[in-house]
Amino acid sequence: MVGLLAAFGWALAVGSEPVPWPVIWQYLTGRSAQADPGTLVLLTDFHLPRALTAVAAGAGLAVAGLLMQTLFANPLADPYILGVSSGASLGVAVSVLGTGSAAATFAASVGWLGQWGTTTAAMLGALAVLALVLLAGRWVRSVVSLLVVGVMIGAVVGAMVSVLLAFAAPAQIQRYVMWSLGSLDGTSGADMWVLLPVTAAGILLAQAVSPSLNVMLMGERYAASMGVPVRWVRTAAMVATAAISGVVTAYCGPIAFLGIAVPHLARVVAGRSDLRLLVPLSALLGAAVCLVCGVVATLPGTDGVLPLNVVTAVLGAPVVIALLIRSRTLVGS
Amino acid sequence: MSLSLDALGVGYQRSPILPPVTATAAAGRLTVLLGPNGSGKSTLLRTVAGLQPALGGAVRLSTAGAEPVDVLGMGVRDRARRVAVVLTDRFDGALLTGGDLVALGRHPHLRVGGRLRDADRTAIRSALSAMHADELADRKLVEMSDGQRQRVLVARALAQEPALLLLDEPSAFLDAPSRIDLLAVLADVAAERQIPVLVSTHDVEAAIRTGQDGWLIDPAAGELGELVTGTVAELSRAAIGRAFDTDRVRFDPGDVSFRLRSSPLDGRSSPERHG
Repeated sequence: MVGLLAAFGWALAVGSEPVPWPVIWQYLTGRSAQADPGTLVLLTDFHLPRALTAVAAGAGLAVAGLLMQTLFANPLADPYILGVSSGASLGVAVSVLGTGSAAATFAASVGWLGQWGTTTAAMLGALAVLALVLLAGRWVRSVVSLLVVGVMIGAVVGAMVSVLLAFAAPAQIQRYVMWSLGSLDGTSGADMWVLLPVTAAGILLAQAVSPSLNVMLMGERYAASMGVPVRWVRTAAMVATAAISGVVTAYCGPIAFLGIAVPHLARVVAGRSDLRLLVPLSALLGAAVCLVCGVVATLPGTDGVLPLNVVTAVLGAPVVIALLIRSRTLVGS
Repeated sequence: MSLSLDALGVGYQRSPILPPVTATAAAGRLTVLLGPNGSGKSTLLRTVAGLQPALGGAVRLSTAGAEPVDVLGMGVRDRARRVAVVLTDRFDGALLTGGDLVALGRHPHLRVGGRLRDADRTAIRSALSAMHADELADRKLVEMSDGQRQRVLVARALAQEPALLLLDEPSAFLDAPSRIDLLAVLADVAAERQIPVLVSTHDVEAAIRTGQDGWLIDPAAGELGELVTGTVAELSRAAIGRAFDTDRVRFDPGDVSFRLRSSPLDGRSSPERHG
């Protein structure tokens, strides 16, 4: 919790125009009257949305990853790896590419469907891929085979996006590529009214079904024998996952590895697999990790900005590899 | 409290694998469900548990002085408060302790939010001690032997405080002494809680030594096989031999075990070898 607050303050401070710590403190405690008005505008319009976006994206993706790992009974599942983010990307691409707008992110560019429309399209794309992979999971029991299926679905969806790109204007293509590398910088204050409530609703839904999901750790047949309405709970978990992945992808692009790495971090910290505890803990850790990743991506002290996925990949890929090596038993099962 | 199946249709997608099953299992007694591999024991058990749609008929639980209730007609949560099962399904319980697992059995009794109350904790403790597994409450599942894990899995079902306990091949992966031991503990549980306990197993010898009543699926009788019921002593006299005997192996009711029809020596000196 303290770490989260520190990371939040740090994320407010850094940027192309760094803000000194005392001003951040005054700003957060509501005593910022004597500060420079330019700095206040910078904080309110740029640094604050960026930090809030990081909180929503990190908390949301961590919970989405946790839900998927539970749904698939697979420690390597997460929205990015299994192509759910790609599904969301397709939704975004369909609703936005082809319109001539030039705003910083796709979601903010208000395509022909509007901001909510783009978000909804992203969520539907995410839900479609999730349902597809879940269906494939009925036949593919092996943990690793399912990943291959997810990667393949992601590839097909990526190809569909490429078709759309082929007919798009060069400026849009450049923007799409930048967006697809992941970024926390593209959101405005107004976007928060979509991003934050949807993410929060998804996390709350996850928390609500967490006692039932705990029982589903034993498998769906056992869960049914303990009175869990399996189909309902699975649907709720899918909707929460798709809503979160959809909205986060719409605003930040497909962000890699947070969804897989953070839940495992939470399990290590908690030492338990009780989802009533893991959902809030993953959300907290996810927010803190994403804030730190966002800070690192701004390369404090320089003018450059790294794509967010560069940072999350460096952090997350080793976690995936370590999991694969440690769980040799899972590969065969 | 007793279980009675009334012309229960067992099978998949309208094609039955057994003739309609009519049988009873008494409270306080261990009923063993016997039959060769692939004879439909698991399917019958899952149908009784309501985990697989019945093709007809009813599964009734009756208490003294009360109307029998049809288990299949009720919602999943109501059913889970009356019927608990131990399945063969495997799962990854990496971080779960024995206590965590047993606590999951309280799920049908919990309110929204899933917080455990005192009554739940009492049920968990008494389930663990009924299975002589008190010391496993804090041990991780992955650190347990097969026998210990099986005890905790049964305790999980007991924590549901069921009026009927069903177990599918709970002793399949255990060594011979543990198998007898587990079945004997289940017989105690049936007597202490005064509920019917129905256990499927293909381990005839252990079942006859520990069980009281038996349901035997004889796949050779009739078109779809036949379910024969009785005490295990009655079944072992003739019915078990009919269901399990092969050209080379026969069941000996005298010392409750399977024997080769001819001695090993006779088998080796077959005419082909000499000719």
